[in-house]
Amino acid sequence: MNTLNADILLALPELAMAVGGMALLMIGVFVAKQRPGLVNILAVLLFAIVAALILRQPEGAQGNAFNGAFVVNDFTRFAKLLILVGAALSITIAARFFDRERIARFEFAALMVFATLGMMMMVSAGGLISLYVGLELQSLSLYVLAAFHRDNLRATEAGLKYFVLGALSSCMLLYGASLIYGFAGTVNFDGIAAAVSHGRNVGVVFGIVFIMAGLAFKVSAVPFHMWTPDVYQGAPTPVTAFFAGAPKVAAISLMIRVLYDALPGAMTDWRQIVTFISIASMILGAFAAIGQTNIKRLMAYSSIGNIGYALVGVAAGTEQGVSSVLIFMAIYVVMTAGVFVCILAMRREGGQTEEIADLSGLMQTRPLLALCWILLLFSYVGLPPLPGFFGKLYVFGAAVQQGLWPLAVIGIVTSVVAAYYYVRIVMIMINGEPARPFERAMGTELRVVLGGSMLFTAAMVIVPGILVGWAGTAAAALMK
Amino acid sequence: MASWPILSLVTFLPLAGALLIFGLGKAEGEAGDRNARWIALWTTLLTLVFAIIAWSEFDPANPGFQLVEEASWLGGGVSYKMGVDGISVLFVVLTAFLMPTAILCSWTSIEDRVKQYMICFLVLETLMIGVFCALDLIVFYVFFEGGLIPMFIIIGVWGGKRRVYATYKFFLYTLLGSVLMLIAILYMWATAGTTDIVKLLAYDFAPEAQTWLWLAFFASFAVKMPMWPVHTWLPDAHVEAPTAGSVILAGILLKMGGYGFLRFSVPMFPDASLYFQSFVFALSVIAIIYTSLVALAQEDIKKLIAYSSVAHMGFVTMGIFTLNQQGIDAALFQMISHGFVSGALFLCVGVIYDRMHTREIAAYGGLVTPMPVYAFTFMVFTMANVGLPGTSGFVGEFLSLAGAFQANTWVAVGAASGVILSAAYALYLYRRVVYGVFDKPSLRGILDMNSREIGTLGPLIAATIFFGIYPKPIFDVTGPAVRQMVETLGVSTPHAPISVSEPVKPTEGEAPAAEEHH
Repeated sequence: MNTLNADILLALPELAMAVGGMALLMIGVFVAKQRPGLVNILAVLLFAIVAALILRQPEGAQGNAFNGAFVVNDFTRFAKLLILVGAALSITIAARFFDRERIARFEFAALMVFATLGMMMMVSAGGLISLYVGLELQSLSLYVLAAFHRDNLRATEAGLKYFVLGALSSCMLLYGASLIYGFAGTVNFDGIAAAVSHGRNVGVVFGIVFIMAGLAFKVSAVPFHMWTPDVYQGAPTPVTAFFAGAPKVAAISLMIRVLYDALPGAMTDWRQIVTFISIASMILGAFAAIGQTNIKRLMAYSSIGNIGYALVGVAAGTEQGVSSVLIFMAIYVVMTAGVFVCILAMRREGGQTEEIADLSGLMQTRPLLALCWILLLFSYVGLPPLPGFFGKLYVFGAAVQQGLWPLAVIGIVTSVVAAYYYVRIVMIMINGEPARPFERAMGTELRVVLGGSMLFTAAMVIVPGILVGWAGTAAAALMK
Repeated sequence: MASWPILSLVTFLPLAGALLIFGLGKAEGEAGDRNARWIALWTTLLTLVFAIIAWSEFDPANPGFQLVEEASWLGGGVSYKMGVDGISVLFVVLTAFLMPTAILCSWTSIEDRVKQYMICFLVLETLMIGVFCALDLIVFYVFFEGGLIPMFIIIGVWGGKRRVYATYKFFLYTLLGSVLMLIAILYMWATAGTTDIVKLLAYDFAPEAQTWLWLAFFASFAVKMPMWPVHTWLPDAHVEAPTAGSVILAGILLKMGGYGFLRFSVPMFPDASLYFQSFVFALSVIAIIYTSLVALAQEDIKKLIAYSSVAHMGFVTMGIFTLNQQGIDAALFQMISHGFVSGALFLCVGVIYDRMHTREIAAYGGLVTPMPVYAFTFMVFTMANVGLPGTSGFVGEFLSLAGAFQANTWVAVGAASGVILSAAYALYLYRRVVYGVFDKPSLRGILDMNSREIGTLGPLIAATIFFGIYPKPIFDVTGPAVRQMVETLGVSTPHAPISVSEPVKPTEGEAPAAEEHH
């Protein structure tokens, strides 16, 4: 048993996040009501502090706190850092957008902080209760964020849709959790693992199905993806950028934690489920995106497909599988941030545009921006030497190693189908008649994020071993 | 072992040139374009110099990999490893040799977005050379597949009228082929625990696994080659690509398929290669005869040459899968020779296309009167394409037929009829374009080749005739490496039907000697 002090020390980053979030709320209300930009900056600062706290925990540190409800190891640390990066990038690119749309409010940053806190809890959850608390904290914040542009019809619709369906999925998850609790007699992952290890049990299988349904909703995997296109299109673009990145990392890390930590004994059962939703997501993501004309809607389908690829790694059920998911998600988060900066740069005469046709001839009007677009899109295709290739290389590698041929072959073929809609955008940009040019002023923060994304791209080509090594350490810690 | 990383230098020098052009992006207009052209030209020439230095440091007597460099990269059995052997070194030189040609032939014909054009070509050169130098499967795949990006942009931006269709077709065809290969690569990585080509060459894959692996690699290389029936992207891509794009496509990109067969399919999966030998022979002979007939019916010069490329690549696949020394040597020679002959033919088309902006055969006629130098140049390459003795085309075609004859007489008979057909379509083209009466009003005032064009094509003429008369420098380089490959094949497949002429079952020690008698 740990002392309280030791417990608090392990959960220090989360505690700092929680205290910081409440402090931000206070600052927003009392000090900076008219200056939401200040709160944004403070939020990013808070993320940096929390990230430093996570990094300060020594590598290889393992620990359970609060009677096993909270788990810390290299895996959770990796996932949390990734979540923090994704969230910080989203806040960074949001400020100017909200100013221009005249919807800037300090609550945005506070909600982002709480959502991020929820995600960190999800990743570190050691039992079904803490899992649910983290999940709901994240979800409730996201519902509000989706409808943040409250005078906009689409945004409110998005928020409502997300809320109703999200609530439903939470119910399913809760139901599954209660079933598992009923059959295992404990909510702790370790206890469940011990209880489920001997033989199949129909009740547990039911529980797994329901939990997987709830989690599939959070990662927007088929057949629980219906909300994604509407929410992506309706939500303010920086919020969409956020949705596409950090929450996906959190949900898929949580899925890995539940499946690998609590239910390793039922692998044959859950592997079927993961395989199915993975294949369905890859196929839907590839085909449904072809007809899209709105870039945010297209990104929604693209993210469904990409989650399908990440799930390939989950289905492998091995250490390589876990590390491949981490590599894939890390690359995915950075690329997505880059793409959304490019989408935010689609702005002319005071209005934001989201039509793919508006990108026509971008190579002539804005060659540098077009170059970034092209690199990012080819990276999504998975063409080497761009980072997206390495992500796919590792997830499919993990599947092949386990002999999951259908997953690997379908995944590879769908990625060729998906290539079509990505290169269609490239073709429009390099070949179309120049449309009315976008505004030149991009904002320093957008440039920094896009530049960072490009720097990451270059780094992945030259020294991909670094990320691969980190992910390997993280995965090894999980499988211990 | 080189004391300095010459292969990496040759590979990445063009990339440095591309970055230089990119960095000097400020200068707009005419001055910027001129800078881009000159930087690109000097970079490719410098690359050629280093490629030749690498060739001179290469020891032909040693059949193994040379100039090897290694650095850690991805971990888990994957490292950045470069090196060349007798099979690959000449492709490096060929690439470096054709690139200045490609830059020169776009000197005036590309006026739009010159900087981006030159950057694309230099990046492409890096990726192409990398393909031939890579000694690690994943590194190879990165270079192999990465080449799609610049080629996509080159055809998509500077192509002809139907460029969008052609680009998609080219891109998706090749991508589908290569991702299947990626699965095979992943399997090999998982099974052998490494992607080091040198180690994989020594690794024995189970025979049933070999079949699948062979098919997956075949999917990629057959598309790239291209072999009948997956060749249909090539004529479209060739017709729409700018001249330099066609030169590189025909000269180098197609060779990656043949190189892949020789580097991976044959030595790594010898059992499967033997098993599929007749299958490849059938496809090759169909390709040779069918595409030659199709070429006869073409109205578009570029399309005709594109189909003739498919036919010539049929000789290459046939030669490779004879699995004997003569056939493989011939296939390699044919690839090198076809590299500059077909490249030069596309350049010849480019010369008249730049003047008349049409590729219709019917739009030309009697060009020998106003353009005697051009008529001569075109004739040299037409003859090389036909396979006239004295040109490099003859050596490859003749030897691959001789190799095929040892493996299977009927294949040789079928392929030999392709030689006649190639003479038919090539001479028919030449007659319609160059001879006849010079009476078309649109052609009036057409000028003969200028000094830049002569400078571009001159080295190619020299190479065609030199290697046609004296092919030894090439065989000296390829010989030992191919001999070693064929020997290892002979050991692992003692019942090879290659040795039908030798009814005595060769013992392990005698097998190589028996091969040499052929």
